[in-house]
Amino acid sequence: MNDTPFVIAGRTFLSRLIIGTGKYSSHAVMKRAHEASGADMVTVAVRRVNISDRSRESLLDYIDTSTMFILPNTAGCYTADEAIRTARLGREAGLSNWVKLEVIGDERTLFPDNEALIEATQVLVREGFVVLPYTNDDPIACRKLQDAGAAAVMPLGAPIGSGLGIQNPNNIRIIREFARVPVIVDAGVGTASDAAIAMELGADGVLMNTAIAGADEPVAMATAMKHAVIAGRLAYLAGRIPRKMYATASSPVEGMVGRLTT
Amino acid sequence: MEITLNGEPYEIDHPLTVVALLERLDIDARRVAVEHNLTIIKRHRFPDVVIGNGDQIEIVNFVGGG
Repeated sequence: MNDTPFVIAGRTFLSRLIIGTGKYSSHAVMKRAHEASGADMVTVAVRRVNISDRSRESLLDYIDTSTMFILPNTAGCYTADEAIRTARLGREAGLSNWVKLEVIGDERTLFPDNEALIEATQVLVREGFVVLPYTNDDPIACRKLQDAGAAAVMPLGAPIGSGLGIQNPNNIRIIREFARVPVIVDAGVGTASDAAIAMELGADGVLMNTAIAGADEPVAMATAMKHAVIAGRLAYLAGRIPRKMYATASSPVEGMVGRLTT
Repeated sequence: MEITLNGEPYEIDHPLTVVALLERLDIDARRVAVEHNLTIIKRHRFPDVVIGNGDQIEIVNFVGGG
């Protein structure tokens, strides 16, 4: 079945799965998981260089930037100013003007501060950034972000790292209906079926980190996620059957052995 | 003289350029971004910008994240 390409801000991606680079047991495991996932975009964080210990290997030694697009994030930022500053540094350190914009509003839930997020989006879009904001699963917030110039909207499925799956499927569906930009479900995926559900709801992509990096076998989970995203997307395009309360037989009711024909 | 480097005090003998500081720290200039007193220094200006007493320097790079 033919699908439309996955395009964000004019750039086409081969995979609808976007994955993180955090929390892996080693860079080597991360690299193998990346390869298994088929993803061609990975998120990275922007942090101070460790001055006292220069022995640590660079993350970029383990990412093939000829095939993998790097998306710097502003994780850990609690104000618009902090996120804007981090985005600018990420642009300087990297090769693009793209940013996964996070402005966190609460430490325990890591839920976004939507007001600050919208403000930061406006500023960064004016500066020429391609902004992909991590947001609540709130259709109105997503619409405001889109109006602010976001290149995609990235509603959470559940809190970051929670693995709870898609907590509000109906909102994801509504967001998809409202949005004119790609909708990427970001955060909350725990296992392959969660990613498939996100795609079945109409999401254009799924972004995850912990579900793969935290699995007992990250490489196997990355493979599972690759298939789940493809399966979910196909199921969405194929058009599922309506839900019904009672059974409808799949086999013919005529021609049963031992029955009298009328 | 003393500068603040990534939030910590750091001693330098004399004013030095960003390039010289990165060399001294054994940091590959192609993989970092540098902020000098809250202003981002474009990479092509690393040889020109001079760091002096009391300056605040932030050197960042990419690490694993989601």
